[in-house]
Amino acid sequence: MTTVVIVGAGLGGLRAAESLRANGFVGEITVIGDEPHMPYNRPPLSKEALKSGLDMSTLEFRRKASVADVTWQLGSAVVACDLSARTITLADGSIVGFDALVAASGIRPRDFNIPGPRNGRHFLRAAADAHALREQLVPGARIVILGSGFIGCEVAATARQLGCEVDIVTLDPVPMYRPLGTILGAGMQAHHEEHGVRFHFGRSITEFTGHDRVTGAVLDDDSSLEADVVLEAVGSVPNTQWLAGNNIDLSDGILTDSSLRVVGSPAPFVAVGDVARYENALFPGVARRIEHWNLPTDTGKRAGATLATLLTGGQPDQTPFAPMPSFWSDQYHCKVQSFGLPGIADEIVIVGGEPSGECVAEYRRDGALVGVIGINSTSALVPYRTALMAG
Amino acid sequence: MSIKIDVDMTKCQHYGQCCFEAPTVFELDADGKLNVLTHEVDEDMREAVEAAADVCPMQAITLTDI
Ligand SMILES: Cc1cc2nc3c(=O)[nH]c(=O)nc-3n(C[C@H](O)[C@H](O)[C@H](O)COP(=O)(O)OP(=O)(O)OC[C@H]3O[C@@H](n4cnc5c(N)ncnc54)[C@H](O)[C@@H]3O)c2cc1C
Ligand code: SF4
Repeated sequence: MTTVVIVGAGLGGLRAAESLRANGFVGEITVIGDEPHMPYNRPPLSKEALKSGLDMSTLEFRRKASVADVTWQLGSAVVACDLSARTITLADGSIVGFDALVAASGIRPRDFNIPGPRNGRHFLRAAADAHALREQLVPGARIVILGSGFIGCEVAATARQLGCEVDIVTLDPVPMYRPLGTILGAGMQAHHEEHGVRFHFGRSITEFTGHDRVTGAVLDDDSSLEADVVLEAVGSVPNTQWLAGNNIDLSDGILTDSSLRVVGSPAPFVAVGDVARYENALFPGVARRIEHWNLPTDTGKRAGATLATLLTGGQPDQTPFAPMPSFWSDQYHCKVQSFGLPGIADEIVIVGGEPSGECVAEYRRDGALVGVIGINSTSALVPYRTALMAG
Repeated sequence: MSIKIDVDMTKCQHYGQCCFEAPTVFELDADGKLNVLTHEVDEDMREAVEAAADVCPMQAITLTDI
């Protein structure tokens, strides 16, 4: 029987499996994931679940009936792949053959290997990470967060709500600088400061102090912060090491065409979710990797259709792929919601409200709308999304 | 067969993602609160309501065949 192997049991892997079935693929599907869990929802790991506790049964995605016959091989990492021989190698040395492959392996937080003790330092990507971090976020604990991106800021908000002391160390001038820009970033800074978060802008951490456990951080201006817990939340690395040696473009994730087919692969092979880099027809000219929750679903659906077609000898749909990137974030009572690619804008215009309250900002590049962000303004964003969809 | 639509309003955060996929079923009112316009749809709406359930960040939408 024809076998599709999906590497990564996250949202993208699940959606790809569902889409293969929806597109008529009746062969064997095996999903191999290194975590011990069925696909689950990650965004709550920095928000509600970090605050109130992790219940895997509510975090797990509901799965469509069509994937009831899929084999889930969990707790097992793929360490190598030979696209010509059509095999993958698992951590225990066993070799699994496939007719077609899906890469849904996501990303991991970047580790800068900052000197100092490891104990007490956390990263946040998986349920196990959230579980370990949550145990440390007791009232009065001092947490130092390196990085002021969405995850750093969400954890800061949650930690304050749990009664922790929070310091954020960041090279940026305002929180969430790259996606939000200066004005909205400053607006969110005000919310965080109102809630007692201390920012150290334009700074990095050169060293952690402590013997068997972290007790503090030394900043690059030689000042220092005391810490009981540390979260390192600066950047990410695509999980592509298992594909090394296959002569495909892994320079930033896995390069695909607009049908999500991996460029240069001798075997039928698609990539989905955070690990895939492709050109979005809404923002043409550049292949990008975008880490937004809605895209594993959009890419999974399209990639499943591509693979099902390839396996029946057909030519995949080459119509342009134009999913709308969308992002949300919850911090205190603020709902930050974004459509498009605000990060590529060269001009930001506040079109309504106040950056420190409810507001809507347009993000333009060469005068054209490329993104919109609202704070507590969901309904007001709808017409902008429509305009972005129209291109 | 028709499809029953339930939204767990204790989970819903009114992000409105569902409204883009199935605008005849889900709508945000002027205050930005989710309105479910109908709790039952015919088979021809399956793809749209499944897409809406898929994109809900809170996984608040349950579909049941009836
Ligand atoms: C804490 C947190 C909060 C977030 N909040 C938001 C938010 O508010 N809004 C938003 O839009 N997005 C948010 N995101 C991003 C969103 O969750 C991701 O975009 C989404 O999870 C990507 O799905 P994916 O399937 O591509 O990858 P993942 O969900 O990462 O799944 C990949 C899976 O593959 C496994 N894997 C990797 N390598 C291998 C291997 N070699 N062998 C076997 N298995 C492997 C991984 O362990 C993982 O289980 C958040 C992410 C995190 C971590
Ligand atoms: S997508 Fe989910 S959370 Fe958002 S409005 Fe619809 S039901 Fe509510």
